[in-house]
Amino acid sequence: MKVIIMGCGRVGARLAELLDADGHAVTILDTDAYSFRRLPPKFGGTALIGNGTNEEVLKRAGIEEADAFVAVTQGDNRNVMATQIAKHIFNVSKVVCRIYDPLRQELYSTLGLETFSPTTIFAQLLKEKIEN
Amino acid sequence: MYIVVVGGGRLGYYLTKALLDEGHEVLIIEKNATICENIVGEMGSVCVRGDGCETSTLAEVGTGRADMLIAVTGDDEDNLVACQVAKHKFNVPRTIARIRNPKNETIFKKLGIDVTVSSTNIILERIAEEVPTYPLTHLLTIRDRGLEIVQVTIPPEATTIGKTIRELSLPKESTLSLIIRKEHKPIIPKANTILQAEDQIIAVTTPELEETLRATLRGT
Repeated sequence: MKVIIMGCGRVGARLAELLDADGHAVTILDTDAYSFRRLPPKFGGTALIGNGTNEEVLKRAGIEEADAFVAVTQGDNRNVMATQIAKHIFNVSKVVCRIYDPLRQELYSTLGLETFSPTTIFAQLLKEKIEN
Repeated sequence: MYIVVVGGGRLGYYLTKALLDEGHEVLIIEKNATICENIVGEMGSVCVRGDGCETSTLAEVGTGRADMLIAVTGDDEDNLVACQVAKHKFNVPRTIARIRNPKNETIFKKLGIDVTVSSTNIILERIAEEVPTYPLTHLLTIRDRGLEIVQVTIPPEATTIGKTIRELSLPKESTLSLIIRKEHKPIIPKANTILQAEDQIIAVTTPELEETLRATLRGT
């Protein structure tokens, strides 16, 4: 599978490592080259500097042949915009988007975007830990 | 009309002033506390501090009864999300987004934003108009019809000078509407009108044919 990951933070880099180890073709995007330090030395995919909300950058990352697109930058709106471009402009079949704000996450999920809110998930997890 | 403006920067500030002068009810949502205080200090309570992409902020300012939301922050993605939240969560009938990257114009359209205004494009076109040798200037875009009104100037070296419009074989979807000629009244072009040097031609065309139109009129 060809996967594009937008945002090489802790989550993005970790996901890239896991998918790469499973034999997928991974391209990871970040606007700051310094973020790529998080990738392991044995990472076999492509690290590309650029903004994933930019059509040209996405094309360079090979979005036209991509099977999946994941947006995990720090900015909710950036993630939302890039994911919508991947889904509605480039028709990528599997797109996933991280949205910290639970209300925005709810809205975009009703609009048909596959989204998840770490805020909601993590708070729920902590609640269960404490109550059990 | 009740209009919500997202972003209290220079654009949001002057836009709000203009809308208030027109007699509209306007509210700005601005993240930065200092900017917000300055606006309130000057214009009264027309600014609320908050994130215009957040449902709670939009609910607080009564976006549900807004007739229009205009997002004019400096970030395209923030403007996109503010408009989408307004549209889908609050059913705001009309959303307008400012965009900085001209390439986002088509993307925003596809994602359901009613109107986009590309500040970069507008500035570029205004500058282009001031460059005397600029071959084709956009005057107006008629979006819902996919047409635009452009101006083409005939340079002294054009090979079309002395020819009639009939002889030019212009693209079918382009129509010449007006010729502005030095020291003359503007002329409505006819098939037998003869082109002269420095004629300014106003034409209606589709964006795809603008290059063909320019080349046909100037003979290059």
